[in-house]
Amino acid sequence: MQDQVLDEAKRQLAVCNACRYCEGFCSAFKAMTRYRAFDTETVIHMSNLCHNCQACYHSCQYTVPHEFELNLPSALANVRVESWESHVPFPVLSKLFQSSPLVSLVSVVVVSILFWLVAGIPWLAADTFYDLISHSVLVLIFGPLFLAPLLILFVGLGRYWKTVNGERITRQQLADAFRAAANLKNLDGGAGQGCNYEKDDRYSQSRRWAHQATMYGFLLCFASTSIATVMHYGFGLVAPYPLMSLPKLFGVTGGILLTLGTSKLIYLKTKANPLLEASSRRGSDYGFVTLLWFVSTSGLLLYWAGGTTIAGTLLILHLASIACLFVSIPFSKMVHGFFRITALIREAQLQRT
Amino acid sequence: MTPDLPEITPNKELIRVGEGVIDFDVVVVGGGNAALCAAIRAAETGASVALFERAPKDYRGGNSRHTRNFRCMHRDPKGVLTGSYDEDEFYDDLLKVTKGNTDEDLARLAIRESESCYDWMLGQGCFFQESLSGTLSLSRTNAFFLGGGKALVNAYYNRLEAQNVSIFYQATVLDVVIRDRRFDGVLVDLNGEQKYVRSRAIVLASGGFEADKDWLARAWGDAAKNFLIRGTPYNTGEVLKRVLETGADQIGDPTQCHAVAIDGRAPEYDGGIVTRVDCVPFSIVVNQAGHRFYDEGEDVWPKRYAIWGRLVAKQPGQVAYAIIDSKSKDLFMPTVFSATVTDSLDEMAVQLGLSRDQFLATVNEFNTGCGRGEFFPTELDGLETKGVQPAKTNWARPIDTPPFYGYELRPGVTFTYLGFRVGPDAKVSFGGLPSDNVWAAGEIMAGSILGEGYLAGFGMTIGTAFGRIAGKEAGAHARSSAG
Ligand SMILES: Cc1cc2nc3c(=O)[nH]c(=O)nc-3n(C[C@H](O)[C@H](O)[C@H](O)COP(=O)(O)OP(=O)(O)OC[C@H]3O[C@@H](n4cnc5c(N)ncnc54)[C@H](O)[C@@H]3O)c2cc1C
Ligand code: SF4
Ligand code: SF4
Repeated sequence: MQDQVLDEAKRQLAVCNACRYCEGFCSAFKAMTRYRAFDTETVIHMSNLCHNCQACYHSCQYTVPHEFELNLPSALANVRVESWESHVPFPVLSKLFQSSPLVSLVSVVVVSILFWLVAGIPWLAADTFYDLISHSVLVLIFGPLFLAPLLILFVGLGRYWKTVNGERITRQQLADAFRAAANLKNLDGGAGQGCNYEKDDRYSQSRRWAHQATMYGFLLCFASTSIATVMHYGFGLVAPYPLMSLPKLFGVTGGILLTLGTSKLIYLKTKANPLLEASSRRGSDYGFVTLLWFVSTSGLLLYWAGGTTIAGTLLILHLASIACLFVSIPFSKMVHGFFRITALIREAQLQRT
Repeated sequence: MTPDLPEITPNKELIRVGEGVIDFDVVVVGGGNAALCAAIRAAETGASVALFERAPKDYRGGNSRHTRNFRCMHRDPKGVLTGSYDEDEFYDDLLKVTKGNTDEDLARLAIRESESCYDWMLGQGCFFQESLSGTLSLSRTNAFFLGGGKALVNAYYNRLEAQNVSIFYQATVLDVVIRDRRFDGVLVDLNGEQKYVRSRAIVLASGGFEADKDWLARAWGDAAKNFLIRGTPYNTGEVLKRVLETGADQIGDPTQCHAVAIDGRAPEYDGGIVTRVDCVPFSIVVNQAGHRFYDEGEDVWPKRYAIWGRLVAKQPGQVAYAIIDSKSKDLFMPTVFSATVTDSLDEMAVQLGLSRDQFLATVNEFNTGCGRGEFFPTELDGLETKGVQPAKTNWARPIDTPPFYGYELRPGVTFTYLGFRVGPDAKVSFGGLPSDNVWAAGEIMAGSILGEGYLAGFGMTIGTAFGRIAGKEAGAHARSSAG
């Protein structure tokens, strides 16, 4: 990690710790009050607790032009993104994926072409899902695509756990952490008023809603795929499924939530102040959210386009985007969720001891 | 004058010919807590309101942006406030710190008003948080603003925008025209251009004069040049001075100010809360010559921090040094600037620039005088020195375990007491009679209530209580006189 990034965060935290006016906003501040000085591990831990609600910027009496030049949301964001990169193996890939929004786009196109080559062009006449691409081909492609990134991710999380001196995890701690994630406690502003983002120093719940729509949408889609896999292998039930089946119910609701959530997130981001985020990641964040949006939107369109002539092309694009999403899990903005939940578990440990 | 604020020469001609007039029902002078509360209330009456804030938007909110809580009466647990805090207990607390130098009627009025302030503030978009860590003793009496005073001020400004109040930043009121207790208009510099602005009523809420070091120097002598100002550089008291010249009744005198000992490396203005140094009770404090000059352990720090500003102000160069040893390094709130750390006292004297021999003799004498007994950092432990002048009456442990930590202390002025005398309707009195249409709120009239001393959180209580009264009265007056 870059020393300047860490030193800047430490400098600002020393000001905050002598002030503490923002204590009620979030768990990063609650964590802060346990320390008198901040070592690198503590700063990394706090940076992953911070949800970038930006309240501590707008409430701060020491922001520029004041000579203390406080901008804690950005200082912690800079540490945070570097902490992912420095813990996850193959930092080159993290750098690549987070360098530009175009990386996501280009990779979807490249993978689509690959799929195209693999699957040939017989789908024009297809009328069931697996007429287009055989299920075995799907599993063959997606199995490793899915498992390898997860492996890399967990190596990264393991290293992170070491850095923050994590201990054995109890059920209570997991419950604490997942509860905080489930309702995005750290974007509620402490008094339920929401966060600062798209409306300057006014609070709003928009980002929290949009994020949760995205998160739950994603989880529903994931559940849909998992259930479908079980139905396929466990019970020999082959897609397509009727509307009143679990995979479809989960898939459609999840898809809609994901599309709405990501659209809103993108819109909100255009209104937000770039100076309060990680300076180097704004572009790639757009790329990541757009990729998610495309995954869900193309999935929804597929339901609608089933049997039509564009179904094939759409399917290729949809699958390619999912592949890209999965491959990039450890290297893209997607890691934030995994590091955040890890940080919340660690914080639960620290708070309960 | 403050260093980087331009000196503006009022163009009195504009007043004479009444040129550049803009008309409002109510003009509010200032952009801190008192002004904002007044403007919100005035706008609620349906009056057209202009608020003139001297600072640019980034620095809006005066000293109020540095605050953290207000003191609030309540009968039952309320929101973040625990237990109950009734009028009599509140008033008793006030009497204790002011040694009776309090206007009972106005004080009780502010106290009673504070009860409804809590909900009213919530209604304006403010939020509260539980007592900050390290301030548990205030959880019953003081409601803390979530995010501190700047968040509070932001909420009020947003409220004013929703009410269509005309907010002017970088708007310095240069002169206030009052003839025979009747207000006519203000001369205001709007971002470099002077305008004469008339209104039917005015609320004066531009704070004290603590940022005008020349004024402080007239009261304190040259020592004032070395004072640090904890809050905004914009409170230079022009409006206070002008209006006193028109015959308003003065309360308090210019030597009265609230000053605490803060880190000597703090910025000259606007250092705010983080520059505090809370180690004094566990330290010995010496001046440049190496002499101790006051009992560092007289009482717990929250009850003593406010006398140390004056104590340090009386030392040569208006500077003193608190020295602790490693035994005490974690016993107080973290400081924003790191301490001077040395392995020997000798080295400490060199690094802090103290008179070496005297400093060593002082520490030696102090250490020898330290008695035995149990040390309790959070309560008066009676661990006192014997045969040491001045004695240290609590927490007296020898300074003998390296490394040693040294902090430079200077006086940091929080606010001044000189102001207007007002009545219960927040109207400014002129020669003992209430003015026609001049109201005042906040620091600029706090002397009417607090003759001396200070009770944590009461400044914001006064500003909110009297700001609301002044705004409402001024708005109602303007509406009725508009016919
Ligand atoms: C570091 C610090 C911490 C504090 N903490 C607390 C606390 O926790 N609780 C508490 O109760 N009190 C606290 N106080 C005291 C508190 O700040 C004051 O009591 C309170 O802010 C006074 O409010 P006010 O609106 O009267 O003045 P201010 O908030 O100072 O506002 C004065 C306003 O007038 C403007 N102004 C000045 N001159 C002109 C002019 N000529 N034309 C136009 N505008 C002008 C200024 O720019 C400013 O906006 C603290 C003070 C400091 C310095
Ligand atoms: S962000 Fe600013 S106001 Fe908040 S705790 Fe830090 S220094 Fe204080
Ligand atoms: S940005 Fe929000 S979540 Fe992050 S430290 Fe500041 S207040 Fe906490």
